[in-house]
Amino acid sequence: MCNLSQNPKIQELDAFIAKINAKESDLIEVLHHAQNLFGYISEELLGHISEKISVPKAKIYGVVSFYSYFTTEPRGKNVINVCMGTACFVRGADKILREFESQLRMKTGETSIDGIFTIDSLRCVGACGLAPVVMVNDKVYGRVETGDVRRIISECEV
Amino acid sequence: MLNSIEDLKKIRDNGQGLLFLRKNTGTESVKREILVCAGTGCHSARSKEIVENFNEELGKRNLSDKATCHITGCFGFCEKGPIVKIFPDDVFYTEVTEKDVDEIISTHIIEGKKVERLLYVDPKTSQKIDTQHHMDFYGKQNRIALRNCGLLDPEKIEEYIANDGYLALAEIITTKQPIDVVNTLKDSGLRGRGGGGFPTGSKWGMTLRSISEEKYMVCNADEGDPGAFMDRSILEGDPHSIIEAMAIGGFAIGANKGVVYIRAEYPLAIKRLKIAIEQAKAFNLLGKNILNSGFDFELDIKYGAGAFVCGEETALIQSIEGHRGEPVSKPPYPSESGLFGKPTCVNNVETLANIPVIFQKGPEWYSSIGTEFSKGTKVFALAGKINNVGLVEVPMGITLREIIYEIGGGIKGGHAFKAVQTGGPSGGCITEKDLDTPIDYESLSKIGSMMGSGGMIVMDEENCMVDIAKFYLDFTVEESCGKCTACRIGNKRLLEILNRITQGKGELEDLEKLHTLSETIKDTSLCGLGQTAPNPILSTMKFFEEEYRAHIVDKRCPSGVCKELLRYVISDACIGCTKCARVCPTDAIVGKVREKHVIDQEKCIKCGSCYTACPVKPIKAVQIV
Repeated sequence: MCNLSQNPKIQELDAFIAKINAKESDLIEVLHHAQNLFGYISEELLGHISEKISVPKAKIYGVVSFYSYFTTEPRGKNVINVCMGTACFVRGADKILREFESQLRMKTGETSIDGIFTIDSLRCVGACGLAPVVMVNDKVYGRVETGDVRRIISECEV
Repeated sequence: MLNSIEDLKKIRDNGQGLLFLRKNTGTESVKREILVCAGTGCHSARSKEIVENFNEELGKRNLSDKATCHITGCFGFCEKGPIVKIFPDDVFYTEVTEKDVDEIISTHIIEGKKVERLLYVDPKTSQKIDTQHHMDFYGKQNRIALRNCGLLDPEKIEEYIANDGYLALAEIITTKQPIDVVNTLKDSGLRGRGGGGFPTGSKWGMTLRSISEEKYMVCNADEGDPGAFMDRSILEGDPHSIIEAMAIGGFAIGANKGVVYIRAEYPLAIKRLKIAIEQAKAFNLLGKNILNSGFDFELDIKYGAGAFVCGEETALIQSIEGHRGEPVSKPPYPSESGLFGKPTCVNNVETLANIPVIFQKGPEWYSSIGTEFSKGTKVFALAGKINNVGLVEVPMGITLREIIYEIGGGIKGGHAFKAVQTGGPSGGCITEKDLDTPIDYESLSKIGSMMGSGGMIVMDEENCMVDIAKFYLDFTVEESCGKCTACRIGNKRLLEILNRITQGKGELEDLEKLHTLSETIKDTSLCGLGQTAPNPILSTMKFFEEEYRAHIVDKRCPSGVCKELLRYVISDACIGCTKCARVCPTDAIVGKVREKHVIDQEKCIKCGSCYTACPVKPIKAVQIV
């Protein structure tokens, strides 16, 4: 607990929980807020939320592991998400994903040891007209070809 | 703060100037309006910066009396975004960038001439099309749910009101009884657009009949079908119509609380919805004692967290309550015991978007569109190997051929059509022979697919159908909540069999196994996800069995997609340029200069670099067999 209690972000989270007077039915909203602040839901953070809103840790873990939006691992500074929605898939998104994997020498879902890159796939960002689509954090790259992968990586902040 | 329907009408009448140029295309005017699409596709392609550039440049040149620039919702023509439309000229510019702003202002706004190079070129005739209503893409469309997208600024409630917005709500809460509202909706024939196709009026009626102090109206905006983005576009382009419909629904079923359950992955839609809710509250169109009628309606937003199964209404309710999104068995139906145990009505975004206009124009008008049992229009997200990717709204009863070849402009790159998948991971594929089927709920089921939420993915001969079935199954395996054994384990086994087949390790008995297991999963799963998960396999096996057999018997992928089944070889056409040998990452290619090269199949990792590098024309010496 000691690390967490010194983190100013925890006060922000507590203030949010107090503001909405969070109950069990607000759990998902609280988790969204927590992940926005911390980037991921650590075990320690999970315990803190459990105490604050009086919901058992096991129940919170069940919810966190159920929804793909929540992550229990720290993510890289640049989260590279290749859209694997159907529109992107039929236009060759899997090849783009494989190219990222081979250039960064990592597998989908992994984060580099230096914490700079995470490669992941997501289901449909709704920009099907630009398929295949790659998102790096909030930035969208459309009509990506395998030849663009090197440039996208080089544009990432290190 | 509005206190009566008269107040609302006053705002509407005063706002007519806002929409005059947009509603009277073709009139002579010294003033023009520039509308820039701010939907997801165009937004990703920097349309926000385009708007900023326009406003800055118009300000700098003192042209504010000549033209104004606004954002608007999705025009649907996402393939050629960002889209900029000039009113009242009805001129439609495509693929506009920030650099084009200067020229549009100089040429179009000042000189009154069109910027020819930004006009859309019809792929069939190679002619430039100058106005929107001359485009084939819009010719057969009937935009009802999308009526305000591409017309109004979604962040301005005044524009929505000027276009008769909130008038239906005002009339209903001041002059109608809930049962009249339900009956009107029943008469319109509107059915749920989220997939099931349940009559919306009956759903409202059932919730109205459940007696309870507290009831809930829920909007399902957890659009999960990968490749469908109509709900997102409606929320981004016309959030007020959803708010108005929710409030009408609340009045009809007797609910004072509404919840919009929306995907957290849709930040722009969430932002616009929040703005719209605040505006509606400020105008007394939401909240306590709406328009002084005595009717209260509060609207909350709840976020999804990336679970496809939460599109199922009982799972969605679980998720709003803060639980894992696992479906529960029905009955009791949500109309009796739903959110927090109270009677609840769950409607999808597109369904709701139709409702205000049904009450404005009357149920007879709505039921005159469409087929006998499927009334009105349906929005489809046209994507995949098609020329015009985008959102199209068509009357029920139109054929798939009309959508693909007339609105969609045919198959990309002149390739041959192979199949179209509707209904997403729950649906099936439709082949050439069924393209003339009129689209409605029943006919799509009859040909082995379903309406679903409206994803329509077009595939050409380069797509391997076993690979497509594997793709969808991979999705359902990941998204299965795990409650039912058949869905949790059965689908995993199906996926393993498909993986084996695409790796060349399939056996003929696998076809039988796929069949039996698929039927079992369909019969023994609780919710729609499991009941429909094997559909992509069953339909691809039905129409493309020879493709499955080619993978199993000949160990060959006819479309050249399944990597493990491909072999790269070099033909006698090889000129010995050594390019392939130089790019090969595993040094699998050997050969002397100006002599035929050979690929060592043991070393080859099938990366395809040699194929890309081979300069021999017209047929490459490196071949995929």
